[in-house]
Amino acid sequence: MTVETVAITIDGKELKVAPGTTILQAARKAGLHIPTLCHHDDLCTEALAASGRGKVTAPSNCRLCLVEVEGQRTLQASCALPITGPMTVRTTSTAIRHARRDILELMMSEHYGDCAVCRRNGTCELQQLCAEYGVDTERFGRPEAPLFALENSDNIIVRDMNKCVLCRRCIRTCALYQGVSALTSEGRGDHSGITTFMDREMMDAWCINCGQCVNRCPTGALTERDDTPDIWLAIEDPDKIVVIQTAPAPRAAVGELFGCEPGTPLTFQMNTALKRCGFDKVFDTNFSADLTILEEGAELISRLYKAVVLKDNNAALPQFTSCSPGWIKFIEHFYPDYLPHLSSAKSPQQMMGAVIKTYLAEKNGWDPSKIVSVSLMPCTAKKFEAARPEMDSSGFRDVDYALTTREIARMFKQAGIDLPNLEKSSFDDPFGIPTGSGVIFAATGGVMEAALRTVIEVVTGEKVESLFDKANIVPVRGIEGVRVAEVTIDKVGPVPAILSHLVPDFEWLRGVTVKVAMAHGTANAIRVMQDIQEGGPLSQCHFIEFMACPGGCLGGGGQPIPTSAEIRAARAKAIYGEDAAYAVRKSHENEDVLRIYREFFKEGPCSHKSHELLHTHYTERG
Amino acid sequence: MDVKTVHGFVGNKLSFADASADAGLKLAEAMDAEALIAKVSASGLRGRGGAGFPTGMKWKFARAETRTPKYIICNADEGEPGTFKDRLILTDFPDLVFAGMAVAGKAAGAEKGILYLRAEYAWLRPHLEEVLERRRKAGLLGAAILGNKAFSFDVEIRMGSGAYICGEETALIESLEGKRGEARNRMPFPVQAGYLGLPTVVNNVETFAWVPCILQMGPEWFSSMGTQKSPGARLFSVSGDCTRPGVYEYPFGTALRRLLADVGGENAKAVQVGGASGVCVPSAQFDRKLAFEDLATGGSIIVFGQERDMFAVAENFQHFFAEESCGQCVPCRIGNVRLHEAIVRMREDGLDVDTARTLRQLAATMQAASKCGLGQSSPNAFLSILDNFAGDLPPRKQ
Repeated sequence: MTVETVAITIDGKELKVAPGTTILQAARKAGLHIPTLCHHDDLCTEALAASGRGKVTAPSNCRLCLVEVEGQRTLQASCALPITGPMTVRTTSTAIRHARRDILELMMSEHYGDCAVCRRNGTCELQQLCAEYGVDTERFGRPEAPLFALENSDNIIVRDMNKCVLCRRCIRTCALYQGVSALTSEGRGDHSGITTFMDREMMDAWCINCGQCVNRCPTGALTERDDTPDIWLAIEDPDKIVVIQTAPAPRAAVGELFGCEPGTPLTFQMNTALKRCGFDKVFDTNFSADLTILEEGAELISRLYKAVVLKDNNAALPQFTSCSPGWIKFIEHFYPDYLPHLSSAKSPQQMMGAVIKTYLAEKNGWDPSKIVSVSLMPCTAKKFEAARPEMDSSGFRDVDYALTTREIARMFKQAGIDLPNLEKSSFDDPFGIPTGSGVIFAATGGVMEAALRTVIEVVTGEKVESLFDKANIVPVRGIEGVRVAEVTIDKVGPVPAILSHLVPDFEWLRGVTVKVAMAHGTANAIRVMQDIQEGGPLSQCHFIEFMACPGGCLGGGGQPIPTSAEIRAARAKAIYGEDAAYAVRKSHENEDVLRIYREFFKEGPCSHKSHELLHTHYTERG
Repeated sequence: MDVKTVHGFVGNKLSFADASADAGLKLAEAMDAEALIAKVSASGLRGRGGAGFPTGMKWKFARAETRTPKYIICNADEGEPGTFKDRLILTDFPDLVFAGMAVAGKAAGAEKGILYLRAEYAWLRPHLEEVLERRRKAGLLGAAILGNKAFSFDVEIRMGSGAYICGEETALIESLEGKRGEARNRMPFPVQAGYLGLPTVVNNVETFAWVPCILQMGPEWFSSMGTQKSPGARLFSVSGDCTRPGVYEYPFGTALRRLLADVGGENAKAVQVGGASGVCVPSAQFDRKLAFEDLATGGSIIVFGQERDMFAVAENFQHFFAEESCGQCVPCRIGNVRLHEAIVRMREDGLDVDTARTLRQLAATMQAASKCGLGQSSPNAFLSILDNFAGDLPPRKQ
């Protein structure tokens, strides 16, 4: 079978490409470099084009990727020109060389800000392009004063429009990629801009704080709120006990900010670095991830019991996971009628915060008012989650600060720490056992896999390895936006003591096929919710994992920039690699978790005390 | 060619006044699509909006597309400053336009037509809707035109909202789709994937109006006028420092000097041919010909008298582009702002060699690198004024 190809020549090199391939794609395959700025591999795809603008794939508005196509009067944007017939292309010429310089200098003529004191110094794409193309003049001038006022610095997503080049990656991310549309273009000509509905502050718009826009902004126009000054102050305060919990996703990615290849885990080096910065304790969020599995798994079993045995129509199935705060704000705005479907379990971050200021404070004899509870998350929405008014069941702010991977890297650099070359050290007790079930929370499908590892073993009384080799529940893994899987419960075992307050037996689950689904990226959450609203197959699922960010938390809004499908895949490989290497890989085998139920909650999951500290409620936002 | 009587003005008669929309439509009803396309191609009719793409070829490409429904769009955005000939055509010869659209529909295989009417012509809408209603009642529009069940075509009027860029065909289509009026990438072309991603023919008001005339009088009548590369005649809207402004018809190839004599502008210092995106012609070049191969225009002719400061004109045009740019692409959005600022400065301080070089380079980049025709042609007026009227600038301040 022959595949139809088209022969083209780029810079004298002959290539055969499939029709419809853009010149940029063809050039990259051939190892030829063409600069781009507004182009982004996540955003310039057929799939995204089909969702919004008909056949247009790339916006081609920066005009940096221009090439000469023989026979065409004007230069052509290589990112957007599909090859349909033979053509002769040149990637360099006098006109192109001049155009690149002019375009970069035109951008600089509207760019107010000093590179030396900009958050993106060293990682800014505009800076990089100016260096690459030898821009050493300012023929069109520079602004002498800011053209835009800065927004309120309390916003989690901070916009400095003085640095915006109007590439529109943020709009395409928010509207097309995530389906939220909190950002939009406004005006035209010299009044062109990017803004929110009614020019509201980001915190007053329906922005879900997912931070995907920040991940894709080429300059310092979009950043997250910098909480590191407050952290340093707390660390320097001798009166304060500053503890930090670290999530799995940052550990597989922080190395990227220190020159490591994506997917280089630095989990235990990071513990050393955190102590060196002055944190008093370093805890593993895997602990509370496992706690979340027990609470949420117990809740699922209760709901299933309600539906199957009690035949209660208000059992709120499918149950939705609740650990992604971007997803939570999303459903609160867009599908508030479905809030009862959310698990009432808090996220691992918040559960950890609650137990630190109660259980741990008691155990160590600490005054909880002196504890500053910090988290290291791949996430910008966690800042919003930590500040939610209801997150104070410990009697104090359960979590005081949530830091992004980018912020912690900045702290390490400020402290002069050479992260990759540090010696390793372990987490602190009593939240220090790294587990496979906890670590896979970082990947789409990971929460589901951890939940299934526990639910299958608890319900069947058999090892999950008898159903899935090495306990790797491969059917829930993957990167397709919406995935489904099912597990049939062939045999059941006795109810373990820890759950005996919830159900008398598991007979009612014998023969039941548990249907689950996973969605990552809020555009895919929309697909799931629409299907559920229409009574489609997903409405018959029992449990659905939703993650706001593409790839799951490992693609989170607080992770190192840049992001791409390859980088996320490398991070995922590291995550599943850690899972395979850990001794404990199931939440119900985490000794620290079993101990807290014994010593502190005194009852099993979803009991009164655990409910008080570890569960929450949601807000209709419309 | 003798001076004829201007429709409504003394001096120049329009071919449209002699044409019968219904005669042309009747002839079309009896022809098949291939024959229609052949006739229009033989006439050599090129788009009258300014770009001048061969009309027959455009319809042929649309016909070859298989996806349906197809659309015929009449571009009545007439946004180029100094152009008002479409306003006259829509006021006085709307039947020709609607008959032309129906013929295009038959040729391309489209049953739906849209007239995109600029917001500033909203006052024309009731009149146009009346014409459409009248034609429907007379069986000249709608389900079975002239009783032929295989010939179905109707027209819907949709309004623009006051943006110059929406005269660009892909930005017009975006506007019709309810989006920001921003130009698309050139490929795919509207004939392949236009309105709603479907095969779409976009033609100017005047282009459609010529079609029934060509059918009625024959393609040879049309191609016998004009030049080899620019067949036929076209309407010119003339304004500015002249005693007899108005709408005139001339065959292509007419010298600018001839037009100026007819309109009472012989003493002009300069003539802007093609509106803000055209070129500024100094009196030494008034023998140049109005045609695609020499002075191309969508019909706009603005006459500037001896007392005019041409850099005030340049500043006005550049300000227009800075405001009307859709804002998508860097060379047009920022280039026009910087160019405008520079013109303001040079009118005060004069122009030195280095700045002139930088501005010419910027203009070249805007022409080569902008995403659409607006950006690509936005520096043209300034460049031609700089080339021909540098004496209007004050001496360079030291």
